Amino acid sequence: MGAYFSEIFLGLKSLAIGLGITFKEFFKPVVTVPYPFETIKMSERYRGHIELIEDEDGKPKCVACGMCQRACPSGCISLASKSVAYEVEVKGEMKTKKKKVLTKYDLNFTTCSLCGQCVESCGFGAVTFSKEYNLASFNKEDFHFDLLKRLEERNS
Amino acid sequence: MDLTIFNAVIAVVIAIAFAAANAAYLVLAERRGAGRIQRRPGPNVNLFGLLQPPADGIKLMTKQLMIPGGADKALFMVAPVLAMAPAIMSFVTIPFSNTIVAHSMNVGVLMIFAFASFGGMAILLAGWGSRNKYGVMAAVRAVSQNISYEVPMLITVITIVMMTGTMNLHEIASLQSGGFWNWNIFPVSMSDGFMLQPLMPISFLIFFICSLAETNRAPFDLGEAESELVAGFHTEYGSMGFGLFFMGEYANIVIGASLITILFLGGWGCPFGLYPGVWWFLLKIYLLIFSFIWIRWTFPRTTIYGLLNLSWKILIPISLFNLLLTAGLLKVF
Repeated sequence: MGAYFSEIFLGLKSLAIGLGITFKEFFKPVVTVPYPFETIKMSERYRGHIELIEDEDGKPKCVACGMCQRACPSGCISLASKSVAYEVEVKGEMKTKKKKVLTKYDLNFTTCSLCGQCVESCGFGAVTFSKEYNLASFNKEDFHFDLLKRLEERNS
Repeated sequence: MDLTIFNAVIAVVIAIAFAAANAAYLVLAERRGAGRIQRRPGPNVNLFGLLQPPADGIKLMTKQLMIPGGADKALFMVAPVLAMAPAIMSFVTIPFSNTIVAHSMNVGVLMIFAFASFGGMAILLAGWGSRNKYGVMAAVRAVSQNISYEVPMLITVITIVMMTGTMNLHEIASLQSGGFWNWNIFPVSMSDGFMLQPLMPISFLIFFICSLAETNRAPFDLGEAESELVAGFHTEYGSMGFGLFFMGEYANIVIGASLITILFLGGWGCPFGLYPGVWWFLLKIYLLIFSFIWIRWTFPRTTIYGLLNLSWKILIPISLFNLLLTAGLLKVF
């Protein structure tokens, strides 16, 4: 008989504790955002697809060495460059030098596994992860990113 | 007031409008309450989500009404109506305030419980008529649940009727007027001479639990246990057939809350005799509805055995003891 009543009492008590917890949660601020209208800021270490970094002039920092292309296990990076002559003053006299300038940097995101080898291998700090994640599409072509164009659009 | 056809029509229109508006906006309240308890905002686009219920209604009404092959057509069509109509009819005798009552009947309590038992019938017909194994299983569960919870509920109501000596809801509420200490939830009653019934809070609790179970609300929603029975008795219903079941459920919640208010919380009576009126009644029923929503989103669903054990082993013995105690105390005082 005592067990019967103590079971009822303990049951009611545990129910009341549960109600107390949800009542407290009811008045706490919400932790989600109404998604398409608001988005949350991605964390510092979030890995989106890669993105080129610009220098002070707004040009890509990339020197077109091709290390990222070689490091990529899925072969999804393809880049091209051309040689450009430029003049520089060395010890009081003008000299003509050549350097490589990036003309194309394509990322095929359909095969990218976001391993980050390209970012690791870059010796110039020219590649980073973007914070982009709204990438749903019906077309395969939408996942072939022209990163050079993205950089220009970001600057304009 | 004479009962003319004009009065009757007005009363029915108001009852349907009140029931439908409540059904529509309680869905929104439920979803927002669920959201807040789970730390998310709930439907909040367009004026705090106020356009969500009309959008849902239009969506349901534009859908095709499908009758599955092999279903019993007559029963299939009758069931949703049977779920909604008694809920609306029960509004007729519920007094919202001293003056706002469609028709004050001497057998009001009896009438509401007679109509409430139609709810189980509607679920049985829906499950049986749709010729769906999940529907039938849900119907069996819901009917056994409704029958076992009607017993303690009615025994508790009998104690109230014994104490007040009337089945008229208007009179029951009037007897509790003049301060919150007269409410039936509290052990001491001063309205009809001094009366001490120490188990009144427990009978309130029993009645509250039973009305949760009668309206098929979580944690007693075994009739539509989504995780095991798809959608239970309304698995085969789409369009407004489903809509009527949904509206019937919420109208029943309003009726359950109104009954608890009238029987235990003093109806339209206000705690300290301040500003008596219909708003106290509405405040009380919406507080009760909030607690229904709160309970639904706190507790997990019980098992069918746990549910029946709770009724037959705990609620019925205690309410029977309560009945005997009340009878004895009525002789003493």
